[in-house]
This record gives sequence, structure tokens and C-alpha cells, in this order.
Amino acid sequence: MNFDLSSDQKLLVDTATSFAKKSSPVSRARKLRSDPLGFEPKMWKQMAELGWLGLCVPEADGGFGARFIDLALVLEQLGTTLVPEPILATCVLGGTALARAGSAEQRGRWLAPLAAGELHAALAWAERGGRYDPAGCAARAEKSAGGHRISGEKVWVQGGHAAQLFLVTARTAGRPGEASGVSLFAIDRDAPGVEVQPVETMDGRRAAMVRLGGVEVGADRMLGGEGTAAALVEDVLDAGAAAACAESSGMAQAVLAMTVDYLKTREQFGVKIGTFQTLQHRAVEMFVETELCRSHAIEASLRIDEGGADERRQAVSAAMVQLATGGRGVVRTAIQLHGGIGCTDEHDVGLYFKRMQALGALLGDEDHHLARFAALSQLPGEPL
Amino acid sequence: MELAFTPEHEQFRRDVRSWIQGALPPDLKAKAEVDANFDMAESMRWHKILHQKGWVAPQWPSEYGGPGLDATRRFILTEELELAGTPPLSPFGLSMVGPLLMQFGSPAQKQRYLPKILAGEEVWCQGYSEPNAGSDLASLRTTAVKNGSGKYVVDGQKTWTTYAQYADWIFCLVRTDPSTAPGPGGKGKKQEGISFLLIDLKTPGVEVKPMLTLGGTPAFCETFFTGAEVPAENLVGPEGGGWTLAKALLGHERTLIAAVGQSRRVVRRLKRIAGAQVGADGRKLIEDPRVRSRIAGLEIKLRGLQMANYRSLAGAQLGKAPGPESSILKLRGSEILQQAFELAMDIMGPDSLTWFNEPGVVAPFEEWVPSAFCYTRATTIYGGSNEIQKNVIAKYILGLPAR
Repeated sequence: MNFDLSSDQKLLVDTATSFAKKSSPVSRARKLRSDPLGFEPKMWKQMAELGWLGLCVPEADGGFGARFIDLALVLEQLGTTLVPEPILATCVLGGTALARAGSAEQRGRWLAPLAAGELHAALAWAERGGRYDPAGCAARAEKSAGGHRISGEKVWVQGGHAAQLFLVTARTAGRPGEASGVSLFAIDRDAPGVEVQPVETMDGRRAAMVRLGGVEVGADRMLGGEGTAAALVEDVLDAGAAAACAESSGMAQAVLAMTVDYLKTREQFGVKIGTFQTLQHRAVEMFVETELCRSHAIEASLRIDEGGADERRQAVSAAMVQLATGGRGVVRTAIQLHGGIGCTDEHDVGLYFKRMQALGALLGDEDHHLARFAALSQLPGEPL
Repeated sequence: MELAFTPEHEQFRRDVRSWIQGALPPDLKAKAEVDANFDMAESMRWHKILHQKGWVAPQWPSEYGGPGLDATRRFILTEELELAGTPPLSPFGLSMVGPLLMQFGSPAQKQRYLPKILAGEEVWCQGYSEPNAGSDLASLRTTAVKNGSGKYVVDGQKTWTTYAQYADWIFCLVRTDPSTAPGPGGKGKKQEGISFLLIDLKTPGVEVKPMLTLGGTPAFCETFFTGAEVPAENLVGPEGGGWTLAKALLGHERTLIAAVGQSRRVVRRLKRIAGAQVGADGRKLIEDPRVRSRIAGLEIKLRGLQMANYRSLAGAQLGKAPGPESSILKLRGSEILQQAFELAMDIMGPDSLTWFNEPGVVAPFEEWVPSAFCYTRATTIYGGSNEIQKNVIAKYILGLPAR
């Protein structure tokens, strides 16, 4: 057991910290809220050069084959200043799906350009009414002469507004809610029948609603085994959730520092407001929850490629519950301690508040993860 | 970064586990099985068994008779003992005055007291709090003034002297310079006149009166001193230097009370209860999604604490000073233990009314829950109340300004 950073990890963290501070302060995220893309291609290129985009892509497929924790450590630092480039959407969700489900030919075709920063691949799995369960998929994939014909609607596709490739779940068998029968297909954005509606999200970022009207795909476009994609996507979403927890850990640390700084400088009643015990104790609660966010995030990220599936699911769901309770608690308290200025668009604390909220909405809320954790929880009589 | 323990450490864990199963006497094992309360005699029996094995004081350096284990093995040993539900050891000698004597005691004091603490031949208790000195400990008024024959004469009252009725010795904070006492006429800083004194409880003029706790057990005591004469050689550290020792000990105490293993046992116990209690719909409570969800919420909090504990431990293994994650251990650990018993009571429902009844009134693993539930209100108070802990974190970690 060891939670110290290796020298490689130290280097990664240092680079990411300095990138966040110097190249992408919060003001940049603020400015890009009004940009139709929501991030900058030149920064994306720079991230590819730094090796971040291919960090978890297998070496054979043009990446670095690093452990997930290495990318999580980078994301934690980028979270401190809300760096808006879609690493979570493209590399963690899109990249993990391609790496896990793709054949050698498919991985060679899409993963190498993804690692090089030349391709955005978006995982299109969520549907209206499906909540957070990939088995809720209702989109259909009918057998056709050349392969499959796909129809359905996907919502809140992260990175979908910028993607050239969609990784789409659709039913080759079964009904919504059934675990088997969901398959995964790679669909080009410009394929006939694909309709992409870019949308804004409450955290100032972009996503897409994607409608598929009888899109024809060839047999070489199915990723992984037919009918097995629900379990695969659940695994991919675990990586996404672990990434979200790493990002939120960095966000909580930044918000805590910002708030403590405010308590040390803001004066009311002729004294610094940080002298008031009520406010001190609320700040300490923020500190405690921030440390717990970090502890949970580290465990979830380590479990992505260490140990069994149930252990991973429990660790990820635990971390997401911590994000929903402790993490959101930190940003809410931060606004309260800032007072009126914290309620304005002008102050940065609100940007963190919104992103924290959005991460839970994207990757599973408290009820979802609490229920998933409970279902895996040991029963009476089992060993500790 | 690695989550896994090394194969050597995993082997050590298996060795500890199987040794406990063989070494714990059958009557104590039966009590551990249902999480019954152990009395002091039972704790001291187990103390001596552990001592023979050399494991009674995992944290002690080998020069004082400790087992000389690395930080991870110390942690594993402690965790396995907690998980097995073995009788808790009295912390006052092993974890409090022992380490303090190693740091501040004279060679003669170390030689006189440490071996007997280790062997369980002398039992200690703590004389810190007074009726008017709780969180504001430095306001204490018990005096120790030298008489003509060079002995300290101790007068005053200590309270919450846990298990003093079973103890042989008490370590006390006393005021050796009464002019520093707070209030009208007090001179200088009230911390400056305090000294650290070891007192034999058999000394004439010392009287111990047990008090029942909320849990219905006589864990607390009041200890009265009336002209009790104490040899000057029982002073630890310099006269007037007691506050430094007190702070060192409180800092040490704080990291002791994460109680992860204890909370894990309570969670296991409440699942067992939820597997036995039947709801109005005829289903076991463990099958009720709302109950499962409440248990899951608690388990998630416990996981976070455990991970913070691991991070703190991994830092210690590398010889680092405790990081920020360590300071939350007492704060959250004490709250989680309370919440675990609160949930256990809710799951017991009407059966949570039981209070020291004969076997058979409720299941044996349920009988002690109400008493423990009541007693654990103390966990957020002892060792420095959680509000005091928050003051400490605000000042020393967040650097927030004082009034």
C-alpha cells in the first residue's frame, strides 16, 4: 500500500498544475462559456503533445498504456481551474469504449488519431427516460443487407457537439431495461440520417442531442460482441465517474482555498469574518469533505484497473455519493460564506458550483449510486 | 500509488488473524461473537495474553519492549484486533502516559513505570478534566504545593477519570503555582503554573467515586484529593511545564480515535440485526430498500474514513508527519460510530427498548446495543470535543485568524 506519487506521476502532476495555473486560469473557462465549441483546438493539440490524450490508450494503439490513476491525477489538477477541454468525454468515455470493445482494426483506425488529438469520439448512450442505466436503451438496430440500420434518440451526449465519431448503443434484441441485447456501433457524424443538435449545459459547457433516423452501418462498425454493450458501457461509465470524482476533488480544493482566503480578507463588524467561530467551523466542514472527496476519488481511480468488478463498482459509486453529498456541500457552503457576491455570475465560485452539479447529473446522482452500492453491499454473516 | 498490501503484509494479516482465533479464551470469544461489553478484569486477562505474545503495545519502540513492527504491521495488528472484537485494552497506560514518559520522563521514571504498564501489572487512569475545566482545560484548579518535607500536597477534584476504580495510578495535571489560577487575582498565563504529576491512587487523601454513564455502566469516576502527599520525584518534566506535555498527549490521543475497526464491527452487527428483524410486511429489514440505502450511506462514509486512515498510515510508513487527512480522523470517526449505533437502534425498532435484560428477551447480539448507543454520545466529546477539534483545524490547518 502506497499513496505517494512515483517520479513519473510527480512530473505529470507538476505539468498539469502549471498548465492549469499559467495556460488556463478560471478566466479562460469563463470566456469559453460563450464559445460555440466551448474549448480551443490549439489547447487540445497541446494536450496531445503533453501526452495526456493518449495516456490511457494502450501502447499498441498509439498511446502510453498508463494506469487510470495517472490520468486521474492530471484531471484533478485541471479541475482546480475548470479547464474546459473535453478529456472526460473524448478520452475517458470515448477512448475507454474504443479500447475495451474495439477490434485491433477498429482500435488502429480510431484510437491512434484520438490519442494524437485529431479525433473526438463521443459515447452516445443516454436516452430520455433511461436515467443512468445503460440497459435502459430503447434505440433499435435492425439487421440490414450491409449490417445494421439504426434508429433512436440519444440525449446529453458529452462532447457530442464536437465529435466526428459517435459510439452509439442500440438494441439488437430485447426490450428497454433488459441487460442483454444492447450493442455498440461506431457511427460517423456525417453519415446519412445522423442529426446533431448542439445544446448548452448548465455548467457553461456544450453537449449534443443526437437523432438517428435509419442510419445504415456496415458489419465492421459493431464494437465488441453483439448484445453485450450494456455491461461494457457500465464499465466505461465507471471510468467516467472516477474521472469526474478526480476533477471534483481538484475543484473542491480550489474552492476551499478561495473561501479560506476570502474569510481571511473580508471584513465586517470591524473584524475579519474568518474570526467568527460559526464561519470557521463551516470552513472546517468544507475542509473535511474536501479531504474525503480526495480519498474517495483516489480509491475509485485505483480500482478502475486494480481488483475485481464489484470492488470497482462499489468504490466508484461510493465516490459519486461523496461527490453528490460532500462535494456539492463544499461548493454550496462556499457560496454561503461568500455572501451576496457568491450569488453573482461575476464571481468564480458559482462556476465551480455549477460544474459540481453537472458532473453528478451526467454520471449518476446520489440515489442511483447509493442503490448500486447497496445492491453490492455484503449481507449479514459475510466476512468483513 | 498502490492499494494492495504487499504479500508479506497480507501474510502477516493472516498470521495475526489465526493467532487471535487460537489465543482468545473461549468465554471471551463467546462475548466477542455477540459484541457484549467486556469488564476490566476481562480486558486485563487479554492484555496479559497479548503481552506474552509481545503484541500488547504495537506502537512502542523495541527499546521499551514494543514489538518493533513497521507502521503497516502495527496498523494491521490493531485493525485485526478491532475486527475480531477482542476486549479493548485500557489506553491510559499503553497509549497515553507510556508514550509520554518515553518522550518526557527521566531514566528512573521510565524504568520504574514502563515495564509494569507493558506487563499489565499496573493500571492507569487520566486526571485531566475538572468540574470547571473541560474544554478550557487550562482553567484547572487542583493544586499541588510543596510542603516542608519537599512533597507535593495535592488538593482538588478530577472528573471523568474513566475506570479510576480499577486503576493503580493516575496521571494528573495540577497547578503547582496557585498564583496563576484564573479569576480575580490570577497572575500570568494560566497555562504556566501547570505541572504533570503521577499519583499512586492508594495515597491517603485520594478518594475515587464511580459514576454511571448514560450507558448504565460505571465507566466514569470522580476522584477527590484532600491533602494527598506525593513524592517530588513523581513530577514529569519541569515544574510549570505540564501544559506542553498535555498538548503533546492530546495530539497523540486525537489520532487514536478513528475507530474504523470498531465502526466496521457495528455495521456488521446492524446488518445482522437487519437480517433478523422482520418488518410489518413480513420481509426482513435487510430486504427493505430504504433500510439498505441507509446502511449503504453509512458504509460509504466509513469507506471514506478508512481510505483517509490508509492515506495517513501510508504517510507514516514513509516517515512523514501526519498530513491534513489525519486531522479529520477523530472528527469523522467519532461521528460515524455514533451514527452506526443510531441506525442499529432504528433497525431494532421496539426491541431497542431493552436494557440489561436476561438472555432471550432479545437476540444476544442485540442486547448490548442500547447501552453502547447511549455511551457513544461520549465519542464526540472525549479526547477534545469535536468543536475544539474544529477550532484546532481552523487555526492550525486553515490558518484562520483568532478573535
